[in-house]
Amino acid sequence: MTAIQDMSLFTSIIVIFISAAFTDNILLARFLGMCSCLGVSKKVDTSMGLGAAVIFVTASTAALNFLVYQYILIPFHLEFLRLITFIIVIAAFVQLIEMIIERFSPALYNALGIFLPLITVNCAILGISLFMLNKPYGFWQTFAFGLGGGFGWFLAITLIGGIREKIREEALPNGLAGPGITLIIIGIMSLAFVGFSGMIKI
Amino acid sequence: MADTAKKIFIKGLWEENPIFRQVLGVCSTLAVTNLLANTLFMCFGVMFTTALSSLTISALRNYIPRRIRMIVQVLIIASYVMMVDIIIKALNPDIHRFIGPYVGLIITNCIIMGRAEAFASQNRPWPSFLDGIASGLGYSLILVAIALIREPLGFGTILGYALPAREIWWHQWTIMVMPPGAFFMLAIATWIGRNLSPATPKRQG
Repeated sequence: MTAIQDMSLFTSIIVIFISAAFTDNILLARFLGMCSCLGVSKKVDTSMGLGAAVIFVTASTAALNFLVYQYILIPFHLEFLRLITFIIVIAAFVQLIEMIIERFSPALYNALGIFLPLITVNCAILGISLFMLNKPYGFWQTFAFGLGGGFGWFLAITLIGGIREKIREEALPNGLAGPGITLIIIGIMSLAFVGFSGMIKI
Repeated sequence: MADTAKKIFIKGLWEENPIFRQVLGVCSTLAVTNLLANTLFMCFGVMFTTALSSLTISALRNYIPRRIRMIVQVLIIASYVMMVDIIIKALNPDIHRFIGPYVGLIITNCIIMGRAEAFASQNRPWPSFLDGIASGLGYSLILVAIALIREPLGFGTILGYALPAREIWWHQWTIMVMPPGAFFMLAIATWIGRNLSPATPKRQG
């Protein structure tokens, strides 16, 4: 197995995307973004809306945070400020996007707008930015990592939304309805995704 | 005063338990409970941050403009999390290597934001501090319980010490320390917790 540094840029980008989306699925293997997932995944439509917003924001903020970390924090030896810097970058980016969308595309704003404030506190976004620090990635590889992570989250929440729509009318044991049964569904899905592990190692 | 303190603790620990009642902050619950040692460090971090950020936010609540209160709260929380991060790194670098990213994620842990919004922004500093501790304790209660089941079943150890005579009877149940085990354990914890304390206190019959 070749290490990620020995691959050509293009191959490594594809490998990183697939591994971030499937083998290392951010929701099912890294447990991130559970809160908004449990809250929002009642319907497929809303799941997909939030998922799409997450893909966009993770990919962009991962790239932005990479640049900030490499070119501002490291040269000035301010690595200990990374947490506070990343969260400011994410919050500011989400705010900016919200304003831009509201101004230029009211239709898109109506579809995605309500999800954008939720995203600042979605741990998947900050999680991707923190996990990338432990990896020897360049700029485009980080971008692929963010894109893949967001896509994996989109995939997982859409699937969960689909299953939850089906079971809404079922009779469930007392106390298990709502988050309980959703966690069991996620557990079973995560069993399936564990099957991917070992396919790619990065 | 003592009465309200007692009420706050009962609410945080049981009636409005952040994990099984409000289902907040579950990301870290799932990630760090495979080893009890990781769990204890994480609980310390969450309790420290919730208590002190509630105290600070409550003390500043009349000075924060409403429009920007979210970002101010996030910044206050982030500065406490930075302290926790540095403390854990100094105390135990090995554990920090594993739970490091999740310590950073305390910032987006919904329990802390939730308490800041629901309690600290309307109450005086001292009750807010107690409320933060109580929520942190409620969180720790469930986390330690889950870790106490996952670690013995998955690794055959408790806090790294082997169970007595484990060669004879114990068989490794790997799924418990893998992600699916975490989801199933949390589902069971939610189920039990919700059955023991029903949402509507008045039961029929």
